Amino acid sequence: MDNLRKTPNYDMHFKYGGKVVDFGGWALSVQFSGILEEHKQVREKVGLFDVSHMGEATVVGEQALAFLQKLVSRDLTPMEEGQVFYTHMLYPNGGTVDDLMVTKWGPTDYFLVINASNAAKDVAWMQKLAQEFPKVKVTDLSADTAELALQGPLAPATMQKLTKVDLSKLGYYHAVRKVEVAGIPNCIISRTGYTGEDGFEVFCDPANANKLWEAIMEAGKEFGIKPIGLGARDTLRFEASMPLYGQELDQNTSPLEAGLGRFVSVDKPTPFIGQEALKKQVAEGLPKKLVGFEMVDRGIPRHNYPVAKNGKEIGYVTTGSFAPTLNKNIGNAFVPVAEAKIGNEFDVIVRGKPLKARIVKTPFYKRKK
Amino acid sequence: MAYPKDFKYTKSHEFIKVSGKQGTVGLTSYAQDALGDIVFVELPPIGKEFKQNDVFAVVESVKAVSDCYCPAAGKVVKVNEKLAEDPALINRDPHGEGWIMVIELTNPKDLDNLMDVVAYEDYEAKAEHHH
Repeated sequence: MDNLRKTPNYDMHFKYGGKVVDFGGWALSVQFSGILEEHKQVREKVGLFDVSHMGEATVVGEQALAFLQKLVSRDLTPMEEGQVFYTHMLYPNGGTVDDLMVTKWGPTDYFLVINASNAAKDVAWMQKLAQEFPKVKVTDLSADTAELALQGPLAPATMQKLTKVDLSKLGYYHAVRKVEVAGIPNCIISRTGYTGEDGFEVFCDPANANKLWEAIMEAGKEFGIKPIGLGARDTLRFEASMPLYGQELDQNTSPLEAGLGRFVSVDKPTPFIGQEALKKQVAEGLPKKLVGFEMVDRGIPRHNYPVAKNGKEIGYVTTGSFAPTLNKNIGNAFVPVAEAKIGNEFDVIVRGKPLKARIVKTPFYKRKK
Repeated sequence: MAYPKDFKYTKSHEFIKVSGKQGTVGLTSYAQDALGDIVFVELPPIGKEFKQNDVFAVVESVKAVSDCYCPAAGKVVKVNEKLAEDPALINRDPHGEGWIMVIELTNPKDLDNLMDVVAYEDYEAKAEHHH
């Protein structure tokens, strides 16, 4: 573990019995009590995640909006102060640099959350574009920010015990900053997350991360709160059809191909990097399309397994897993657009054997509101 | 962890419990714990013959796909059909109800290459420490 990067909650993983593994160079728990149990816990009650490995940056200055409008594919002009948008940074060919969360604090002040594995690449990408915008300052805050996520139907009841902010007035995909949580000053509370459940992401000074962890565990005790590892984090986001960079999104895949068109403003009036490529994809048709499927035959699809039709390879699995809430084996796959119809069947090649699968509607799981 | 004294063990964490010419094969408690929640088992067909160290089954946890290696040469005479409906039997009772297959030994000398319980407990403790 000595060669791995440690989050500010590193000690908590051991204190709470986590199975700590090398996760992209970070020491993080794959599970605490067990993936299936943790998955159920978040769907039915409340769970706490260490997500401090995620990257954070601020974009500040007179040209902040102009800079971001060129950086990301979604039109940010409709954003209200305190609102959070999910969006993408693209390469000129339409492939994805990263997917990210943008929070608007004010007309010249934005907060970004980016993927841990992409943080260095993303910051370099932003710094390069910032050279065209002398009145903008991009600051990498990844090392100075701890992030904990509290997710599940009982997350609001747990969180409300720790803050004076009236959470009934904090809408989904909205955030507040400079607030006190569990007596810790200067926190951000964001009503976001990556599980398909209601919940919050809380950002604080790394020096206070363990105090925040313990305070949340204490506040959630009456609701049976448990810490949750990366294993359940993946099955939760996958059931809710939230994409994962490196699987559903990568440098060769546009958000349109990944089925995320509702987050993309192809006709944004101010140009963004990758816009021409996306316009071309719309005009000429997409080269590939992401579909969700469930296995008809017995077997579990996995990342990168080939997808075939009549013995001919037509695509590949991006994510595949046993889905705990659905009690089914399901997957996402890229296939040619002509094959991407609900009910269409194809084979997933599992250890050399073709096993039948059927395209189904996504998201696989949607919480009842 | 406590391991049955009369079993033989492999370095890849399978066990074989020999009774006459037959051996019951499964994964050790260490293996099931390292894998986590087991959600699928691909069983071998009855009648199939394996050599020592051949892959005889595939066990899948939520996160991982793992091959199981045959402790000794043999022919499959029985498989644990219960695992099709309830693969987590391996998690709950690896050395008992969670057995995977029974083989008819074709080269009993293979058993001499395996660890006894004392050697395996020592080996397992080192693996645990390394983990």
